Amino acid sequence: MSNLPKTLFDKVWDAHVVRKIQDGPDVLFIDRHFIHEVTSPVAFLGLENRGLKVMFPEKTFATADHNTPTINQHLPVQDPLSANQLKALEVNSAKYGISHWGLGNPKNGIVHVVGPENGITLPGMTIVCGDSHTSTHGAFGAIAFGIGTSEVEMVLSSQCIMQPKPKKMRLVVNGKLGKGITPKDVVLYIISKLTAAGATGYFVEFAGEVFENMSMEGRMTVCNMSIEMGARGGMIAPDETTFNYINGREKAPKGEAWDKALAYWKTLKTEEGARFDAEHIYDAADIEPMITYGTNPGMGMGISQHIPLAEQTGGSKASYEKSLNYMGFHEDDAMLGKKVDYVFIGSCTNGRIEDFRAFASIVKGRKKADNVTAWIVPGSHIVEQQIKDEGILDILTEAGFQLRQPGCSACLAMNDDKIPAGKYAVSTSNRNFEGRQGPGARTMLASPLVAAAAAVTGVVTDPRELL
Amino acid sequence: MAYDKFTVLKSSAVPMPIENVDTDQIIPARFLKATKREGFGDNLFRDWRYNADDTPKADFILNNPIYSGKILVGGKNFGSGSSREHAAWAIYDYGFRCVVSSFFADIFKNNSLNIGILPVTVSAGFLDKIFSAIEADPNTELEVNLPEQTITILATGEQESFEINSYKKHNLMNGYDDIDYLQAMKEDIKGFAEERIY
Repeated sequence: MSNLPKTLFDKVWDAHVVRKIQDGPDVLFIDRHFIHEVTSPVAFLGLENRGLKVMFPEKTFATADHNTPTINQHLPVQDPLSANQLKALEVNSAKYGISHWGLGNPKNGIVHVVGPENGITLPGMTIVCGDSHTSTHGAFGAIAFGIGTSEVEMVLSSQCIMQPKPKKMRLVVNGKLGKGITPKDVVLYIISKLTAAGATGYFVEFAGEVFENMSMEGRMTVCNMSIEMGARGGMIAPDETTFNYINGREKAPKGEAWDKALAYWKTLKTEEGARFDAEHIYDAADIEPMITYGTNPGMGMGISQHIPLAEQTGGSKASYEKSLNYMGFHEDDAMLGKKVDYVFIGSCTNGRIEDFRAFASIVKGRKKADNVTAWIVPGSHIVEQQIKDEGILDILTEAGFQLRQPGCSACLAMNDDKIPAGKYAVSTSNRNFEGRQGPGARTMLASPLVAAAAAVTGVVTDPRELL
Repeated sequence: MAYDKFTVLKSSAVPMPIENVDTDQIIPARFLKATKREGFGDNLFRDWRYNADDTPKADFILNNPIYSGKILVGGKNFGSGSSREHAAWAIYDYGFRCVVSSFFADIFKNNSLNIGILPVTVSAGFLDKIFSAIEADPNTELEVNLPEQTITILATGEQESFEINSYKKHNLMNGYDDIDYLQAMKEDIKGFAEERIY
């Protein structure tokens, strides 16, 4: 090993290599394995077929989130396939001694919300889950990424995964964010510049003043969408903001263990002069509230802009036209004023308490627009309780909104929260692919402030006018 | 063996000249409710392939009988989006053993390699040649030679080399998977775990 300065990514990766395969991937040890009901059943079946056990149940954490209803969770789940998967998760967790927070458990919620809020996610860890938004945990200075079901089986049986070490990219955003501009806008802005495949093959580190000043929840929103720029994952160096967030949470280290961990965490930063394979630098002053107009997360723009012409986008004209056709939009359209039928606030991207505070800051004293159906879905029961304790529920109720129960919900519409065909939704989730939120659904991705503004006016609105 | 060995594949190919084909299209979310790996071939590209009433959409490539084969040729950034391995299962269970494109999304590429599908990355120019050859003759055969790492349009002899990690290549050629390899180093892993601070 040379004495060249190391990046944060290098430090964490290198510390987890159990074996380097000649001309092959690294065997990487995994500190935390999150599992949920959709990508684990076949993995457990595979274990059984091979006659293998779970190597480290205590490093494995299960929650039910993708398939779950967001109302009447106390009643039996209606859809038999969903019920089957939820049961399989419960049975498998019990069989192998894995911690399981099922429907109704006070700690239940979306996997990438409950990990951090309970202190399970810590700096310097390697974390995987059968879900692409696992990158969320990178906000803590962890190497966290999504894996497929065969890899879930691999991690269950050996607590390791085979991965070639990705290239490294640094994305720097300097300056200070203007009023009404949120972490969600920052990441949508970056993806619009890089494109949905711009970071493929890279692991990203987000750096610069904007991230240093960002809260943990904001950092989670940004790292969550690393996958949408094609990156393997994204991370942010841990600092005082990180340590203060973690301190005292249920599964966080305590006493002597805390002191030891903290000393290690303070070494987790990129060294002066460390080399990245690629780097892009942005200025906060260029970022306004964002909204997507197309069918991949890279098709986003400032809310006051007009939809680009095909030739300005540099991709295939036919694919661009197909995308705009699907959305019922046209080149050069303004987005402001476009009608909105549904508003969804929630998901692992924006389902935390700060997101609901932001939403409430706009709807307070106003009323939900009559033409809008709104789904307000907290990321976990802990977030749901905070919403009640802080009086946000009263603000929502007063404005004509209903609070639902935690789950992935309309982000991918595996449950009943499906946007009907042809309807327009402003959504705080992470993907606007064709049919993602329901067959024929038309998704516009945005921040909780843009979602709130749309919810009270019934059309796409610049939230800064309502602040 | 976890799946059938892959050495040399000679087959006609199904052309899909669409860019950014995401895994929500390859296998919509409602099919992720399975607890067994069954029926995925039937649901490959379900919403592009079938109308709401389950009648086949006449203009979708998989419903056009003049195209067939074990190779799928896709536009760039194939397999983007969600990590669902079910997308790779759907492609394998339908009958494809190889996907050719000028660019693959990472997670999809990994998932494919893990279950015995060979993703072949060619240059944009060669991809166009393949599409043109198939357009001129739907029975155009391609030969994908894994040991030599070449892909050839048989009618013309035009050929390009492709990259593949030698560890994955070794596994594919033998029908092995990573789990077999890792089980063999169990004791090393347990020893490593003891050194961790968490």
